[in-house]
Amino acid sequence: MSEILLEVSNLTKRFGENTILDGISFTIRKGEVVVLVGPSGCGKSTLLRCLNGIEDIQGGQILLDGEAVLAGSKELTQMRQKIGMVFQSYELFPHMNVLRNITIAPEKVQKRKRAEVEIEAKALLARVGLADKADSFPRELSGGQKQRVAIVRALILHPEVILFDEVTAALDPEMVREVLDVILDLAKQGKTMLIVTHEMAFARAIADRVIFLDDGHILEDSDPETFFEHPETKRAEQFLGTFRFEKR
Amino acid sequence: MQMEILAQYFPLFQEAAVLTVKLGLAGIALALLIGVICAAVQHFQVPVLRRIAAIYVEVSRNTPLLVQLFFIYYGLPKIGIPTNPYLCGVVGLAFLGGSYMAEAFRSGLEAVPVIQTESAESLGMNRAQTMRYIIFPQALSVSVPALIANIIFLLKETSVFSAVSIMDLMFTAKDLIGMHYNTTESLFLLVIFYLMILLPVSIAGSILERRLRYAGFGA
Amino acid sequence: MPALGLEVLFKGINFQRLLLGLWTALSISLISVALSIPLGILMGILMTKKNPILRAVLRVYLDFIRIMPQLVLLFIVFFGTTSAFGWNISGELASVIVFTLWGTAEMGDLVRGALISIPKHQYESSEALGFSSAQTFLYVVLPQTVRRLIPLSINLITRMIKTTSLVLMIGVVEVLKVAQQIIEANRMSSPNAAFGVYLTVFVLYFLACWPISLLARRLEVRWQ
Repeated sequence: MSEILLEVSNLTKRFGENTILDGISFTIRKGEVVVLVGPSGCGKSTLLRCLNGIEDIQGGQILLDGEAVLAGSKELTQMRQKIGMVFQSYELFPHMNVLRNITIAPEKVQKRKRAEVEIEAKALLARVGLADKADSFPRELSGGQKQRVAIVRALILHPEVILFDEVTAALDPEMVREVLDVILDLAKQGKTMLIVTHEMAFARAIADRVIFLDDGHILEDSDPETFFEHPETKRAEQFLGTFRFEKR
Repeated sequence: MQMEILAQYFPLFQEAAVLTVKLGLAGIALALLIGVICAAVQHFQVPVLRRIAAIYVEVSRNTPLLVQLFFIYYGLPKIGIPTNPYLCGVVGLAFLGGSYMAEAFRSGLEAVPVIQTESAESLGMNRAQTMRYIIFPQALSVSVPALIANIIFLLKETSVFSAVSIMDLMFTAKDLIGMHYNTTESLFLLVIFYLMILLPVSIAGSILERRLRYAGFGA
Repeated sequence: MPALGLEVLFKGINFQRLLLGLWTALSISLISVALSIPLGILMGILMTKKNPILRAVLRVYLDFIRIMPQLVLLFIVFFGTTSAFGWNISGELASVIVFTLWGTAEMGDLVRGALISIPKHQYESSEALGFSSAQTFLYVVLPQTVRRLIPLSINLITRMIKTTSLVLMIGVVEVLKVAQQIIEANRMSSPNAAFGVYLTVFVLYFLACWPISLLARRLEVRWQ
C-alpha cells in the first residue's frame, strides 16, 4: 500500500453552539480516490472547507505530508498550493479570460515564468477539451465549461490532493457528464482526490473508498461495493434508498 | 439676447469656468483619496478608525456643503486655523465628497462575493495578492457608475463656491446681473458653460458604464 | 478659553431666531417634497408609457434638471422670470418652484426605476390568474413598488433639506442668513462668534437630516 498523504484526526468544527463536525478521523493514501457522501447539511462541504483552511477548526488536526493545515497560520498559503479545491459555483474570476484565470496563481504565487505556465495551461485546456476557449471570458462559457476551467486552474498548481465540492450540483444534467469524464480521467492518471458528490453512479464508478458522513460523524468508511450493496448502518441504507424509485 | 454682450461676457465666463473646473478636480481627487481610505478602514474593520470613518460619513452626508463652507471659511479662522477661499473650497468639497466616494467604494467591495476571496486563497494567494488581483479590480468596476455620479454631483456642488467669494461661474453671473442687468445673456452663458463642463463627463460616464456592463460579470 | 461665540446664542432671542430661520428652510423643503411626490409619481408612470414624443419630452426635462446645479436653476427662475416677464417673484416662491421641478424629476426617475424593475413574468402570471391590467397594477405592481419607493422618497427629503440651504444665495432669510445677522450685530462684543454660531447651524442641519437618513436606511434594510 502507498504512503499516507492526508491524515485527519479527531477533527471538530463548531459554529457557535452548533457542532458541525464531531471528531472526524480518516486517512487518504497517495493515489486514492475517496468519495464523501451523505445527506444535505451533514457537514460534507464544511469538512472540505476545513481541509483547505478556509474554516478554522475547534479541535483535532489535519496533516498533509505530516505538516499541519491550520487556518490563519503563516504556512497556510504554502500548504494550499498542495491542496487544490474546486467549488460548486466554479468561482472563476470574472474579470480575467480563461487563460489568465489559470495562469495567475502559478505566476504570482509560485513565481513561475508566465510563458512556461501558459504552455502548460494550454496543454491542460486541450486535455479537458477546451483548447479553443483560452481567450474567452467566463461569462461566455457554459456551466460545464466553466467547471472544467476551474479544474484546470486547480491542477496547474500541481497539488498533491484535489478536493471537489459538489462540482456538478449547479450544472444542467447534460453538462454533468463532461465534467465527470474529466474527473474520471484524473483518477486514471493516479491523482489523489477527495470528492463530495450526489451522483451515486459516478461515486460508485470512481471511488476506491466511500466515506458516509451523517450529522457530523463518519458512519461508514468502506469500499464502494460494500457501501452500495451491503451498507452496515440503517442511516446509510435509508440514505441510499432516497435515490431509488419504485412505482407502487 | 444681444450677440455683442455675449461676446463681451464670454471671456469672463471662460475664466470662471477654468477656475471652477480646477478647484472641482482638486476637491474630487482629494475626495477619492479620502473615500478609498474610509472604505478600506470600514471594509477591513480596523478598530477605532472604522468608527471615526463611520461618524465622518454620517456628518458629511447629512450637512449641506454651503454650511460646511461657512464653517470652514468664517468659523475656523476664529480658533486660529487660517484659510483662504480656494483652500476652503477644495477642502469643503473633499469633506463632502469623501463620504460619497467612500460609500461608492464600499458598495463595490461588498458586491464581490466572499467565496471569490476563498477561491483565490485556495489557489495559495495571500491577502495582498487576493486584494490586488481578484477583489479590487472587481470592486472597482462595480463602483464606477456610482463614482461617476459622484463626480458629476461634486462638480455641480462647486456652484456654491461663490458664497466664500470664489469668482466662479455663479459669482460671475450674479455679478454681471447685478451690475448691468443683462440677465438673459448672463443666465444663458451660465447654462452653456455648466453644460460644457458637465455634459462631457456625463456622456463619457454612460459610455464607460455601458462598456463595463458589456464586459460584464455574472460568471 | 477664548470666547467662541456660543454665548451669543443665549443672548435675547438669538437662538429662537436661528431656529425660526431653520424652520423657513425646512418648510420650503417640506412643501416642495409634498408637491414633488404626487407629481413625481405621475411623471414616473408617464415615463413608462410607449409614446415616443412624451418619452422624449420627459427625458429632456429630466436630463436638463438633473445636470444643472440647483443653484443655476434658482438663478434662472429668480432672476430670469423678472427679466423675461417682468414678474417679481419672491425668493421663497422661486425656491418652491425650483425644488418642486427638481424633486419631481428625481421622484419621477425613482418611480420609473421601481416600475420597470418589476419582472415581466409578474405581469404575465397575474394575467394568467385572470386579473385585469388595473387589478394587476393595484394588487401586484403597486405593493411591490411602494416598498422600494418609501425609503428612496424619505432620502429625497434629506437631499431636499440640504439643498434648501442654497436659498440664502437668492436672498431668502433662512438659518444661515440669520446666523450672519447675529454675528454681525455682535461683532464688537463677541468677535469670534462666527465659530460658535456657524458650528451651531452645522449641528442643526445635521440634527434635521440625520434621523431621516437613519429612518430611510432602516426601512431599506427591513424591506429588502
